[in-house]
Parts: sequence; structure tokens; C-alpha cells
Amino acid sequence: MHTLEIRDLVVALTETPDKPIVKGVSLTIKSGEVHAVMGPNGTGKSTLSKAIAGHPDYTITSGDVFLDGKSVLEMEPDERARAGIFLAFQYPSEIPGVSIANFLRAAVQARLGEGEDLDAVAYYKNLYAKMDMLKIDRKFTSRAVNEGFSGGEKKRCEILQMAMLEPSFALMDETDSGLDIDALKIVAEGVNQLRGPKLGVLLITHYQRLLNHIVPDYVHVMYDGRIVKSGDKNLAIELEAKGYDWVKDIAVPAMS
Amino acid sequence: MQTSTQPEIFAEQEAAQAAAIGIDQSLGDFTYDVKYDYDAGSGLTENTVRYISAVKKEAPWILDFRLNALKTFLAKPLPTHWATKDLENINFDKIRYYLAQGQKPKRTWDEVPEDIKKTFERLGVPEQERKFLAGVEAQFDSEAAYSNIKDIVAKQGVIFMNSTQALREHPELFRKWFGKVIPTSDNKFSALNSAVFSGGSFIYVPPGVKVAQPLQAYFRINAENFGQFERTLIICDEGSEVTYMEGCTAPKFSTSTLHSAVVELVALKGAKIQYITVQNWAPNVYNLVTKRGLALEDAEIKWIDCNIGSRLTMKYPGVVLKGRRARGEVISIALANDGQHQDTGAKMIHAADETTSTIVSKSISVGEGRATYRGQVHIPKHLRGCKNNTECDALLINTNSRTDTYPAITVRGDKHATQHEASVSKVSEEMIFYMQQRGLTEAQAMSLAVNGFINDLASQFPMEYSVELKRLIELEMEGSVG
Ligand SMILES: Nc1ncnc2c1ncn2[C@@H]1O[C@H](COP(=O)(O)OP(=O)(O)OP(=O)(O)O)[C@@H](O)[C@H]1O
Ligand SMILES: [Mg+2]
Repeated sequence: MHTLEIRDLVVALTETPDKPIVKGVSLTIKSGEVHAVMGPNGTGKSTLSKAIAGHPDYTITSGDVFLDGKSVLEMEPDERARAGIFLAFQYPSEIPGVSIANFLRAAVQARLGEGEDLDAVAYYKNLYAKMDMLKIDRKFTSRAVNEGFSGGEKKRCEILQMAMLEPSFALMDETDSGLDIDALKIVAEGVNQLRGPKLGVLLITHYQRLLNHIVPDYVHVMYDGRIVKSGDKNLAIELEAKGYDWVKDIAVPAMS
Repeated sequence: MQTSTQPEIFAEQEAAQAAAIGIDQSLGDFTYDVKYDYDAGSGLTENTVRYISAVKKEAPWILDFRLNALKTFLAKPLPTHWATKDLENINFDKIRYYLAQGQKPKRTWDEVPEDIKKTFERLGVPEQERKFLAGVEAQFDSEAAYSNIKDIVAKQGVIFMNSTQALREHPELFRKWFGKVIPTSDNKFSALNSAVFSGGSFIYVPPGVKVAQPLQAYFRINAENFGQFERTLIICDEGSEVTYMEGCTAPKFSTSTLHSAVVELVALKGAKIQYITVQNWAPNVYNLVTKRGLALEDAEIKWIDCNIGSRLTMKYPGVVLKGRRARGEVISIALANDGQHQDTGAKMIHAADETTSTIVSKSISVGEGRATYRGQVHIPKHLRGCKNNTECDALLINTNSRTDTYPAITVRGDKHATQHEASVSKVSEEMIFYMQQRGLTEAQAMSLAVNGFINDLASQFPMEYSVELKRLIELEMEGSVG
């Protein structure tokens, strides 16, 4: 059982620390839970997730993030990753010349202890199984990471990486955008398979329809850098019907 | 280990007059007292050249050749009108032009600094070679380890020995091509090499013989090959084929700051030569090397050249396409880290119809590192049907890095096809963060990005070399993020 606690988090661009983007967010995610975060463009959803992962563009000016009670703020991004925090990027980077197989292999190897060597046969077996689950053609193993991928392929590749690295917390930033209807189902099924007592999820999305496939335990509405309303899956439906204007004037601090 | 079957080493030992002298600590970044049997002292005069020639018991024509070269060297200015001014920092008077390692050094493995031991370990340098590289052992027992290869090729009539020995045993063959592909006066450093050369390899492959295994191992680790001024000559007779691999990916903890080799290749009608280099120099070394091949009708010469480390490397492997349908290729990878300048490129001289040349150059600049590509492709007007393809790609690892390209493609006449592509890309902070988010350290992320950049070239290398190259890049990147 793991806990990711975001406490009064204020985040600004590193170059303009006096202009917060995330303006005090508190949220606690426990293993097994799925928290959906919705909110209009530019409210700081991606900023929140990248700051948790340690992106150098962002500075946490106050507040803290605790993984199992321990602050992660002093940890390098790769240490946070190895500690179990996974970010599925809204805009994944391309890595020319590095194949998916080699990239993931390096990432898996990075999680082994010193002197421990990766079992190549087991690794490929696992990789193929996960690719099959996400209906990704095996030809993709030799393709360079995200290079020339369609938008949907990139998102699927993010989920493949998540499946391979088995994080304890996944921050999924608009993993559904760019997916066609079939791909959406496949990705949702994939996430549902990974869902379970070992995984906590923060699911950023604009579309209620994803939440029909991945049913959240909690829904939070983010507006202008704050969580202004929290509820269960019905909140998403309500939001879909009423639009963001409805939450605009609510300034209730988030409950977690 | 004191196996020295090379006769001239014994001869030289007898001839040794010079007292054993400890190495000047200021000359290298990794030095401790090594006793050398002989040594031409420091500085370069006619006496130095005469001394070297005498120690090697050379024929008079070689001494003449050397003395002439010395004059040329002294007369030629440094090429600072186009190359870096850093060349002016070479103090030619302080350099030792000849050292023979004939004696067991008086240092022990325990005295070798920890970080150097670690480097060897990381690179997977075999135990025996480590001791040699660290200067604990005077010689590596290459005879025992590699005599197999030597035997096999000898059965095919292939001559494969060091240059000093070849000059003595096969003077007619050597003399015919020696200095013909790269004349003494080609540049200041080829002249320097011609005056003081020592060591290097000589290979002759008889007509029609295809040497199946790359010739590498035998000379890969041995004292002579660690010379600063080696001279290599490879002659492939009609229709023959050979691949030669030089270099060593372990950093050479060389006590010398100047390395200036000359490598000449001759591919007679229909012959094929592939010459592979992977070098990793200590950061204080000037590596100024002249490499050129001569390809006759239907012959093919391919240079694969990887340069890592050094303070300044200037190297532009070339091919003179002298015979009809001759083909030349240069594939080069250069990595310039902080404080380093890799000035590399290629030279293609088309001198016959329907000749083809290809240049692919990839450079990586890290931190303050600087990479320069200098190309020269020459296709004269009277020829027809020549082709050149040039591609140079640069990768910058941070904003301070600098890269320049000077592609000079001189094509006269309109009966030729040339293509030139160049690109500069950056390893973005976003890409590094992406990889770190998957659990890789910053250094691992950078080395993966670099390996990705050169991946298509590295895959053309022999397996063990591409693996070593990958490890080397990892080490470089680790150092660069501190
Ligand atoms: N690196 C950056 N440089 C400049 N501005 C930034 C940067 N990152 C975020 N911002 C700004 O901060 C605000 C929040 O951006 P963020 O990407 O977090 O929004 P979001 O809620 O994820 O929006 P969307 O739903 O469109 O993805 C925006 O105004 C954005 O322009
Ligand atoms: Mg976003």
C-alpha cells in the first residue's frame, strides 16, 4: 500500500517564480485509487503533473509532495521515476535512433540493483506480452521511440512503457487525446488491466467518455491553478452537462 | 612479461646508450616514473633524426628520406591560416621524439590510481591488457595471444609485421609505395612523421587473396603501436581484400602530448581495403594524423574513423580515386567534450571517370566541446560520370557547444552527380527529462541520445567495436554531467 500526497502545492515557471501557475493544490492518492482531474485548457494540469515528476522548467515555491511520507522534492527526476512515479506525457518526446526495445531495456535495467543483469529472454517475453495486450504490432520494438509515430501511436507507446515499468503511481496526462475510438478502448482496457491494489492513478482528461471506460473513484475539477470541486464519477457527468462556467465561481478548497 | 620476439627490439637494446630517464610529470596527465631503455632526448634536430635511424639500423636511403623530411618540416609554417591557433601551443622542443619501451617499468599495479583501474574495468579491458596500458608491464604478449591469426594469414602469403621490420625485410615492396600516397611535404605534420616515424604496421596482401578475418588483434596492443609517430602502409595487390582495425578504446595514458601518424593505403586494381579506427585519447593530446588511400581501377577504399578525446584532433582521411570506377568512402564519428576540439572530415580526390565517393560524418559536441567538419571533394572538369554524396550531421548537447562545417565541394563540368546534406540537431532538455522520467540518470539519458544519433553508423562496425564505442560514450557522458 502506497500513498502519494500532494500538499498545498504551488508551482511556477523556474524563470518566473513569483507568478504561480499551480496555486495551492492538495490531493492524496492511495494505491488502488483512480483520481480523474478535469479542467479547462491552461489551468495547470500538465504543470502539476510535470512538477511532481521533477521537470526542471518548474519550481515548487511552496508546499510539498510526499511519496509514502517522504518528500520527493530533493530527488532527481530519475530517482522519482525509480521510486515509482510514472508520467505518461501529454506530448511525448522523440528519441531518434533509439529503439523502443533498447530504450525500455535501459529503463528496466536502471531499476535493477548494482551488478544485477537483466534477463533478456524474460524481458522480451514480457515486452511482447504487453505489446499484445495493447495491440501494438511487434514491428514497433525496433522503431525509434516516438519518431514518426502518429499521435495515437505515441499515446499507446506511453501505456506500453507504463505497463513495462510497473510504477506505483501513474500520472496520465491526456493519454486519451488523439486516440481513435478503437484505440481509446484498447488503451482503457490496458489501463484497467494494470489497475489494481498496486497502482494509484492521476488521470488528466478533457473527455467524460474516457471515464466510461476507466471509471474513476474520484473526480477533481481544476480551475486557474486550484482544485475547485471534487466528487465521484457523477461529477464528470455533471460537468459534461453544465460546462466549466458552472465551476468558475466556486472557490472551495479541494477535499481529498 | 618479457616476450619480445621482434628482433629489432633486442638489437635496439644492445644499441642503447641513453640512460634510463624518468618521464617529466608535466608531460602527461597520467605519469609516473617509467624507465625507458632509450630515448632520443627532447627536442628535434638533425641529431635526433640520425639517432633514431642509427638505433633502428636503417639503410642509408631511409636516413636520407628522414633528413629531407626534417628540412621540409622545419621550413613549413603551421597551418594556422585555416586551422586553429591552438597548434601554436605545441612546444616542439619539449617533445621526446623517440622512446622505446624495452625495459620492465618499475611500477606496480598497486600504484595505478583507482579511477584508472575503474575505467579499465568499465571498458572491459582484459586483465593482461590493463597492466600494459597502465604501464605496469612493458609489453603485452601479443605473440602468444594472436599468433593464430598471423599463421593463418601467412599461409595465404600475406605479409603482416611492424613497419620497422618491414623496412628491413621487404625494402623493395615498402619503398615502391612509401611516401607515394602522402608525400612528405603534404603538410607540416606528415613531414614531421616522415622525419621521426617509428612503429606502425606494414601489410601486403598478394593478388586475389581475400583475408577473411580483420587484421587487428596482433598489433592492437603492443609497445610499438603506442608510438607517437607511427607509420602504416597497407598494400592490397590486384583483386585482394583486407580489413584492418587500429586503435584501442581504452584511454591511452600516454606520456606524450603529440601524436602524429601517417597511414597510407594502396588498393591496386579491383582490390578492397577497409580501415577502421576507434581512438580515445587523453585530454592533453594533440592528435594530428594524415591518412590517405590510393584506389586504382575498380578498387575500393573505406575509412571508418571514430575519434574521442584529445585536446585537438585534426584528421581528414582521404581517397585518391585514380582508376576508373574506383570507390572511396569515409565514415567518421567525432565526439568533442569540454575543452576538446575535433577538427575532422574527409578528402575525396576524383582523378578518373566514373569514380564514386561517399562521406558520412557525425559529430557530437558536449559542453564547451567543439566539432568542426572539413570536407574536400574535388572533381575536375575533364572527367565524366563521377559521383559524390556528402552527409554531415552534428549533435549539440548543450548551448555552449560549437559546430562548424566547411564542406568544399569543387565540381567542374556538368557530367557529374553530387549531393550534399547537412543537419544540426540538439539533445533537448525535454528529451533528457523524458528519458529521466523513465528512470535513466542524466548521464545515461545523454549517452543513449548520443548512441541513437550514431546508431546507423555504429551498426556498420564490427560487433566488438560498436559495443566498445557504446561503453566509451557512456563513460564520456558520465564525466560530462559530473
Ligand atoms: N514551460 C512553459 N513555458 C511557458 N508557459 C508555460 C509553460 N508551462 C506552462 N505554461 C503556462 O502555464 C499555464 C498552464 O499550462 P498547463 O500546460 O499546465 O495547462 P493544462 O491545464 O495542462 O492545459 P491543457 O488542457 O491545454 O493541456 C498555461 O498558461 C501555459 O501557457
Ligand atoms: Mg496539459
